[in-house]
Amino acid sequence: MKNSYDAAVIDCRNLWKIFGERSGEAMKAVQEQGLGKLEVRDRFDCVVGVQDATFTVGRGEIFCIMGLSGSGKSTLIRHVNRLIEPTSGQLFVEGQNVNRLNARDLREVRAEKIGMVFQNMALMPHRTVLDNVAFSQEVRGHDVTERHENAMRAIDAVDLNGWDQKYPDELSGGMQQRVGLARAIAADPSILLMDEPFSALDPLIRRQLQDKFTSLSAEMKKTTLFITHDLDEAIRIGDRIAIMKDGALVQVGTPEDIVTNPVDDYVADFVAGISKLELISAGKIMEPVESFEKRRGPVDHNAWPEAEPDHSLDDLVNLSIATQHPVVVKADGKPIGIVTKNALLRGIQGEVEDPATLKH
Amino acid sequence: MADIEFSILDPFSSVDLGIAESADGVKGWAIANRSIIQPIKSFFNEMIVGIDTTLNAVPPLIMLFLLILIAWQAAGRRTAILVGILMTVLGFLSPNAWGLAMTTLAIVVSAVIMSFIIGLPLGILVGKNDRFESAIRPILDTMQTIPAFVYLVPVVMLIGIGNVSGVVVTVIFALPPLIRLTSLGIRGVNPSVVEAARAFGANPRQVLFKVELPLATPTILAGVNQTIMLSLSMVVIASMISVKGLGNEVLRAMGRLDAGKALVGGLGIVILAIVLDRITQGMGQSGRERGHRHWYEGGPVGLVLRQIKKPKINQIEEPQKTNA
Ligand SMILES: Nc1ncnc2c1ncn2[C@@H]1O[C@H](COP(=O)(O)OP(=O)(O)OP(=O)(O)O)[C@@H](O)[C@H]1O
Ligand SMILES: [Mg+2]
Repeated sequence: MKNSYDAAVIDCRNLWKIFGERSGEAMKAVQEQGLGKLEVRDRFDCVVGVQDATFTVGRGEIFCIMGLSGSGKSTLIRHVNRLIEPTSGQLFVEGQNVNRLNARDLREVRAEKIGMVFQNMALMPHRTVLDNVAFSQEVRGHDVTERHENAMRAIDAVDLNGWDQKYPDELSGGMQQRVGLARAIAADPSILLMDEPFSALDPLIRRQLQDKFTSLSAEMKKTTLFITHDLDEAIRIGDRIAIMKDGALVQVGTPEDIVTNPVDDYVADFVAGISKLELISAGKIMEPVESFEKRRGPVDHNAWPEAEPDHSLDDLVNLSIATQHPVVVKADGKPIGIVTKNALLRGIQGEVEDPATLKH
Repeated sequence: MADIEFSILDPFSSVDLGIAESADGVKGWAIANRSIIQPIKSFFNEMIVGIDTTLNAVPPLIMLFLLILIAWQAAGRRTAILVGILMTVLGFLSPNAWGLAMTTLAIVVSAVIMSFIIGLPLGILVGKNDRFESAIRPILDTMQTIPAFVYLVPVVMLIGIGNVSGVVVTVIFALPPLIRLTSLGIRGVNPSVVEAARAFGANPRQVLFKVELPLATPTILAGVNQTIMLSLSMVVIASMISVKGLGNEVLRAMGRLDAGKALVGGLGIVILAIVLDRITQGMGQSGRERGHRHWYEGGPVGLVLRQIKKPKINQIEEPQKTNA
């Protein structure tokens, strides 16, 4: 299991962050009286950044965090390398409680285990691209040729070769974001924290980088916490997605889960416009063969098009366009379910028909 | 004093807290601690005299040439020409004007070095610590506004007349802008860049030296520029406690109502001020504003370097054109 406790690389437990002078009092009041974000703001002049966040990210997993502006995504991600101290709760990275680390160990974790991409890029304007990318190795005292070699490899990986001697202000916004990405991966950390890393890129390059990133992180088994505004992006690269609202994680699940079973209207609104073609699999919308036969009587499906349970709706559409028949879903050569045209159309809308309600 | 009757309408004239007299204590303390003060004083005196004799030992024409080169390197060709013309004018002002100017330059250089040694660390502290800032701000205000004559006497009591006291009174007056601008520079550094440095494992010292100070450098150099200007404006007052140079010329001319001599001294100070101002302002400007990226790529040094590795000449000139 990806998210079982042993494998959890990032383990966040009941994390709270309240900004403001009276955060202690506010925290107490929240725990005792269950105050909401607005009440805390009015009564204590404090801002709730993160509310009781609990989640784990397994090794090699890409965990996406989505939410509207101001929902606390950046605040949450900053706890992982302890740029922010939590008001309450714990955060473990590879089994170590980061809030218990002393300053030296913390710096070591930050420089060698964690790479971070910032929402506003935060490149150092007085350093060349190369020196920006090599920064984490430089502060660790690595030798010049070694760190430049690693940095050049990272610059290569984001397709910026030839730009290493330029200064950040000589680069376009998208190129600067790629420098930020190169800086994060240069020291080959096992964990990546990415705060909207691709938001300033044009759709084409964004797509390329997303693909590059997914293959890179799969190949290097990097554990990634990935913040994005863009659900398409989250779905394309995320193994799991968490939806944040007012500092709380309202739903955590696989892309398919989130799209097919939104827990509330907020999440439903988020997923409303999304195309389900690539997301939902045949296994999800098929009606089991027995229930189908109970309704329709025994059928002969030898002439029907065949699919496997993990085929996407897109594949099913292609299969059923050529014929009048439903699609039969087979696992290991045995028929296990049927997808009718109606079920397919509903599936494209993002709904899964409950066989029990079907009559005809 | 005691025979003045206390009046409620005029409480001030009848009460004497003895503040003015307490300054005498300074004198007593200075006399008692002569053995500590003297060695420090002679150390600094030797440093100032050393700079003075060095500057005066260089033949004026060579010095002129050096100043032009420095100006070219720091601020570009146009400033170099200006510096050349102005310094030539200064030399021809009177037969001894050049020597006096070098002596004044030595005092200013010493004062600026002292200000820098004191001001930079203080400025960094002020920039990082709000409490320290609010504590030190009234002191800085006092240093800048209190008339120099007020501290001239106590300083002379403590360390006697001469170059060292001259530098001390100059530093008192010229230090505050350096502290203020250093602090401003540190506070003006983009916090997200500092955060990024921390996120990649930099310790506080590395954050300071690799991020904050480099980014604050233009502002700090503006502070150095201000310190130089204020030091020059103190040379006449410093000459009252027996500091030689252009200031002394003005002071003596004033005593003798010698307008010609005053003009020579005054013009000399103004010319030095313009020259130093242009050179330091040029240093504060980033090289890239002038079309090259490192200081050693422009000016005479750049010229020499390009001569040395001539085959690479295209590579050095190209980067301006390839902006994204
Ligand atoms: N340093 C801070 N001091 C006080 N409040 C803060 C601070 N940082 C963030 N907040 C508050 O915490 C909340 C969450 O901010 P955060 O930056 O995490 O949002 P976000 O989800 O990253 O938004 P965006 O998508 O716009 O980046 C906001 O209400 C913000 O005002
Ligand atoms: Mg954010």
